[in-house]
Amino acid sequence: MSSEQPSRAPDGPLPRPAPPTTELSQGFWDAVGRGELAVQRCTTCGLLRHYPQPLCPECLGDEHDWQALCGRGEIYSYTVAHRAFHPAWREHVPYVIATIELEEGVRMVCDLLDADPDAIAIGQRVEARFAELPGQGRMPRFEVIE
Amino acid sequence: MSLHAQTAIIGVGQTPFTRGTEASTLELHLQAAREAIADAGLRPADIDGVMPNELAGTVAEDFILNLGLPELAFSSTIRTGGASFVSAIQSAALAIAGGVAKNVLLVAGRRGYSAQRVSLTSEGAIPPHPVMRHVDEFERPFGNTVASQWFAQAARRHMHEYGTTSEDFGRIAVAIRGHANLNPRALMHEKPLSLEQHQSSPLIADPLRLFDCSLETDGATAIVLSSTARARDGAKPGVSILGVGEGHGSPPTSITQKRDMTRIEGLEIAARRAYAMAGVGPGDIDTAQIYDGFTWVVLASLEALGFCGPGEGRDFVADDRIALGGALPLNTSGGLLSEGHCSGANLVSEAVRQLRREVEPERQVPDCECVLVSGEGDFHEGAALVLGRTP
Repeated sequence: MSSEQPSRAPDGPLPRPAPPTTELSQGFWDAVGRGELAVQRCTTCGLLRHYPQPLCPECLGDEHDWQALCGRGEIYSYTVAHRAFHPAWREHVPYVIATIELEEGVRMVCDLLDADPDAIAIGQRVEARFAELPGQGRMPRFEVIE
Repeated sequence: MSLHAQTAIIGVGQTPFTRGTEASTLELHLQAAREAIADAGLRPADIDGVMPNELAGTVAEDFILNLGLPELAFSSTIRTGGASFVSAIQSAALAIAGGVAKNVLLVAGRRGYSAQRVSLTSEGAIPPHPVMRHVDEFERPFGNTVASQWFAQAARRHMHEYGTTSEDFGRIAVAIRGHANLNPRALMHEKPLSLEQHQSSPLIADPLRLFDCSLETDGATAIVLSSTARARDGAKPGVSILGVGEGHGSPPTSITQKRDMTRIEGLEIAARRAYAMAGVGPGDIDTAQIYDGFTWVVLASLEALGFCGPGEGRDFVADDRIALGGALPLNTSGGLLSEGHCSGANLVSEAVRQLRREVEPERQVPDCECVLVSGEGDFHEGAALVLGRTP
């Protein structure tokens, strides 16, 4: 994934900030490129962890592989932004940002631009999708499924 | 060796709080520093320790260059955001108790209104910090970019688990505003606030409304910390560090990844340590100056500091308990919500003035002997300080 900010095409969508990926997180972004969610799994004790870090906080194991997730989870918490805070979200105000707890127990943050801010609630079921986004390439998305 | 009562705050200095200034952050710092040194009855050359504040981006060399500090022996900067100033007092106390330095200057505050504003952007508003690495990669690209959004999710989860409401947040904003209305230094001195006004104020990051957010402020605050022995010879009454502690919690790099985002775990740990060192508990505190970056942080801090149990914050703030005249007046200067956001340092200066009996009579907490100050920074890291009059 490129970390360069592409310039805005005339009348095109504003680029969203590209994630500053690292060697440590490459397995996550490679999986996104394949249309999967994956997180670090400690090869010593099996603990799943996200966000990526070098050592397992439970057993201090320093080796990991990447475990694919089922992509289903529920909203653990959320906020509705009533200001853009970044130009790329200006046309979406008000918009939902949610913390999603996946069935495997790890959490991820995502903006739910298609969700109704008045109907969003903690505990709602969501499912992962993937989309090409301006300035970011292929990114994980989540959709409320009930 | 315990740090209990070994050191004392002997000087306080502060610029006016404004929205708009021609001064640079460094110039604001130097103004507050000179005032604090004079208030302590010292000359700049007596300062042999400096702790610049992370959020301002100033460095010890700035103070050496401008104040002329030939004997500087100690400098350090704590990097826990809004908890930095109170945590820095712990480090300064260590330096003094360990004989490394005698008089340590601590300065905080910035051009929070006239420079980059944290309500509008996260880029360039505060110096970059590696603790943001996870948020930068996994949250900011999804629009979760500023502090009001991070704390909004914690507040929303607290509401979900405990039935806390926006009106509970409003009661905190209204009580603290009432104190600012009695404080001529406060940015909101002449602006009363009702619960109805709070409830009709615009949503910023739901559930946080405009009046749940602290004030972007230009200004600086400085203190001088010395040994308790020196404080007894000072021009003004000393204010002793009876207990101090810091705490971090885990994981410290994002609120969304906390096992329980409704708890400010770093502050729970810090408070436990500060109370133990001071030999006091929540029931001994006459007034608390609680880091109030957002109203929800105050409610969760009351729980973390042991004034009430988890989820009981809403009942604690339901009557007039937290207003002047109540059992635990909070943020008697108006705090960051209504006096000004001076990176938490104005909570310490207010505690000192309460203990020195220097505030306006209508703001003075009667028989004020024991004051608690808390800091909350970054992603629920904490610091706690128990202050009393130097005997």
